[in-house]
Amino acid sequence: MLDATLIFYVAAVGLILIGIAGIVLSAHLVRVIFGIVLLEAGANLLLLLATYREGAAAPIFVKGAFPAVMADPVPQALVLTAIVIGVGILALTLSLALRVHRAYGTLDIREIRQRMEQDIADAAGIDMPTSSEAPAPVYAHEDGRS
Amino acid sequence: MRRLTSALFLTGLAVLMAAIYQQMDLVVTPLAGDAINASAAQQVGAGNIVTAVVLAFRGFDTLLELTILFTAATAAGLVLGKPRADAPRDPDAGFILQAGADLFFPLLLVVGLYIILHGHLTPGGGFQGGVVLAAAFFIPVLARPGTTLDHHAVSLIEGLAGAAFILIGLLAMLGGGAFLTPLLGKGELGTLFSAGTLPLLYLAVGLKVGSELAGLLAQLAATEATD
Repeated sequence: MLDATLIFYVAAVGLILIGIAGIVLSAHLVRVIFGIVLLEAGANLLLLLATYREGAAAPIFVKGAFPAVMADPVPQALVLTAIVIGVGILALTLSLALRVHRAYGTLDIREIRQRMEQDIADAAGIDMPTSSEAPAPVYAHEDGRS
Repeated sequence: MRRLTSALFLTGLAVLMAAIYQQMDLVVTPLAGDAINASAAQQVGAGNIVTAVVLAFRGFDTLLELTILFTAATAAGLVLGKPRADAPRDPDAGFILQAGADLFFPLLLVVGLYIILHGHLTPGGGFQGGVVLAAAFFIPVLARPGTTLDHHAVSLIEGLAGAAFILIGLLAMLGGGAFLTPLLGKGELGTLFSAGTLPLLYLAVGLKVGSELAGLLAQLAATEATD
């Protein structure tokens, strides 16, 4: 189906791709959260596009107007739910990130992971779990990369 | 090296998505949607079919959605905790933002309530109007960082609105219907007093969402000042 809606499908799938890439590849917590938001936007767009019909009116009855073709209200209601839940997710993840920043002073995932493992090892009174094949510790602000 | 692996990963993901896209049957005939469009106006009496779906056909889902939002807001409040008493505050905003906040407060209040109360007739509804209400109460806090929202009043409104939603649902069960069946008659399609209890349900949703978001935003703003 090579028509005008294809570009919207490409945009929706592209948003999902960018979102997944942001979640998997970024080392910064806030960028991971932005990835989640973009992924939600792409999923919502895909859901709405699934029942798109050319020239359909909004599913609202107004006095004196009887449109022949109306858009499907079910995905619209689903996306309304998804957006509201997305706001809840955004608020919760952002407050968790704030709390992490308050506790560790950084939002770099690799650094947080090492500090948390150190904390767990300290609390348990054992050495940090290490392996001869483990990569050397990376601190973002020390080697200048992020 | 890292950029190369990232590009490879993204290409693979794109190929995977394209393969899924090829397999999908994208020309979906909206059977349920057409049936709902044909019968909802007579069955429910709401001009906005999306509202009929959200509150009448799957009102229980909406109650659970409100529960999810409530849980997320409560968890965020729990995680953030109370701001320290000696925490440094943001400086007061300038004249433009303060005057603008005073100017916009009644306007946003009216627009939010309009969107909520006409949710069964026009695009909009409790969630959208609730967000506008939250903005109305949050902008003054942004303009004057010293002031805070009255958290007791906010949680009182929130609790009462949530209780009202469940109470309306339970009232429908007294008459022998299912939970959240619309009551009070359908009225004339397209008028303000139509669609039975749907406007009341959306009012409860709007007040709950508005107070929840306003409280959450105020708490986030107060927390940000401590860093």
